[in-house]
Amino acid sequence: MSKKSIRLLVEIVAVILAIVIFGVPFYFVLVNSFKSQSEAADLNISWPKELHIIENYKKVLDTQNGIVIRAFYNSTVITVVSIVLLILICSMAGFVMQRRSSRASSFIDFMVLAGLMIPPAIVPTIWVLQGLNLFKTLPGIIFIEAALNFPFCTMLYRQFMATIPKEIDESAIIDGASGLKLFFNIVFPLLQPVTATITVTSAVGIFNDFVNPLYFLPGTKNATVQLTLYNFMGQFLTSWNLLFADVVLIIIPPLILFIFFNKQIVGGMTAGSLKA
Amino acid sequence: MFLLPAGIIYFIFFFLPVLMSFFFSMTHWTLVDWKFIGIQNYIDFFSDVSLSTSFKNTFVYAVVTSGSKVVLGFLLASFLSSPQVKTRDFLRSMVFFPTLISTVAVGITFSTMMHPTHGLINKALEVVGIQGPDWLGNGKLALFSVALVDLWKGVGMATVIYIAGIVSIPRQYYEALTIDGGNSWDALWHITLPLCRPAMNSVIILSFIGGLRTFDLVWTMTKGGPGFATDLLASVIYKQYAAGFYGLATAGNVILFLVVSLLAVPLYRFLMKSEVDL
Repeated sequence: MSKKSIRLLVEIVAVILAIVIFGVPFYFVLVNSFKSQSEAADLNISWPKELHIIENYKKVLDTQNGIVIRAFYNSTVITVVSIVLLILICSMAGFVMQRRSSRASSFIDFMVLAGLMIPPAIVPTIWVLQGLNLFKTLPGIIFIEAALNFPFCTMLYRQFMATIPKEIDESAIIDGASGLKLFFNIVFPLLQPVTATITVTSAVGIFNDFVNPLYFLPGTKNATVQLTLYNFMGQFLTSWNLLFADVVLIIIPPLILFIFFNKQIVGGMTAGSLKA
Repeated sequence: MFLLPAGIIYFIFFFLPVLMSFFFSMTHWTLVDWKFIGIQNYIDFFSDVSLSTSFKNTFVYAVVTSGSKVVLGFLLASFLSSPQVKTRDFLRSMVFFPTLISTVAVGITFSTMMHPTHGLINKALEVVGIQGPDWLGNGKLALFSVALVDLWKGVGMATVIYIAGIVSIPRQYYEALTIDGGNSWDALWHITLPLCRPAMNSVIILSFIGGLRTFDLVWTMTKGGPGFATDLLASVIYKQYAAGFYGLATAGNVILFLVVSLLAVPLYRFLMKSEVDL
């Protein structure tokens, strides 16, 4: 066999393997969300004898007075507000950390770096939230998400700040701009590429977060999508079709983001890790 | 002044609880009231079989998942950054997409596919004449089955980090090697591997810490069972918390904190040092 045909063969094998390993699980979930309850109980990947698409999805959305819709609303609010807060506080922090160097700055650097590794202390956090009357509330979880994502986002902003020349700040200050004006009118617009990256990566991360809502946002009133999916696991034990329909609904938002912002997502996730 | 809003949020919602955890781990705690009991919680933690098993499992899990991601991610990345592979964009997307799916969804999907008699995996094995194992029901195997799913979900992340490292290697090195008569194996072993060390270090650190802190995948797939076979530190913390043993849960939290700091920080230092030598 020539070198060329070996290469072709390797590539065909790679594509088949990728489809089997990564594609089949998705197909399995999708096809079973179309089936009737009894057919889905077989857990196989054959095409359904009868399609129950609308019926299944409608049933999922109607469960418990539309808790899934409620959860999508909550998750969206949490995700959007956390990201706005993150962008605001992290861009400012990244700006100062990159521009100024004092004796305190190596300590601040260390604190931020430590936040990337240290696991959060759970029960004491609940205690703090209770003290502030924020336990089981949306603002509470929003602050938690902001605090836990702060180290990573600040590092991204800080790295990018290094590519913006200092002369820009200096000329703005000579022109009489104050610190706040300089930052919001001149520096912040230049940070737009990182802001885009952070928006997309944090959107996926916070939307998919399961652990923090589990601890800090229990109860059905404020359920998030990941929590409802987790609770359905116990509830829909015999109706796999409905459980898988919910899985499909939850995969769709990140899938859409991935299709449109593939480059930012991959870029953002790798940028943070490579230069750390 | 610019640091203030970030500093306040970070301190109140992250640092303060971490600091408080050292104190509350030494109490009998009901969230309203506490009684100082010294290191009794730690003694309980290590003398109880169900709790100390989680300590061992956490190591095994972190080493297995990060080790396999480091090796497999490197092989995938070197294959997927070769310009001769025509479908590489498609393959990269396939490998990367699981990273973006919620862990709960992945856990549900795989625990059904790993069902001993109905599961897709064992049915496929049956076709080729292999009697598949009880992936999640067998106490000796379950931890590794979960680790395998972790690999499925996480290898894409490792791969894109490696790819970013590999594309930054100057082409001249490879050209020089071809002129000197080296083959593609030499290129992989003597150029790509040593020169993507920074990427490899990131993968090692990220996946190792991620492994030590894993909770959601284990919890959705096995809830720590069968028995305590797949209990990790993070799942024990949750169980103690759910049972109302807040002091004990916090002690578990401190142990996790110490494990991460005592292992990951020296590992980070060591890897950074060896990077400079290059």
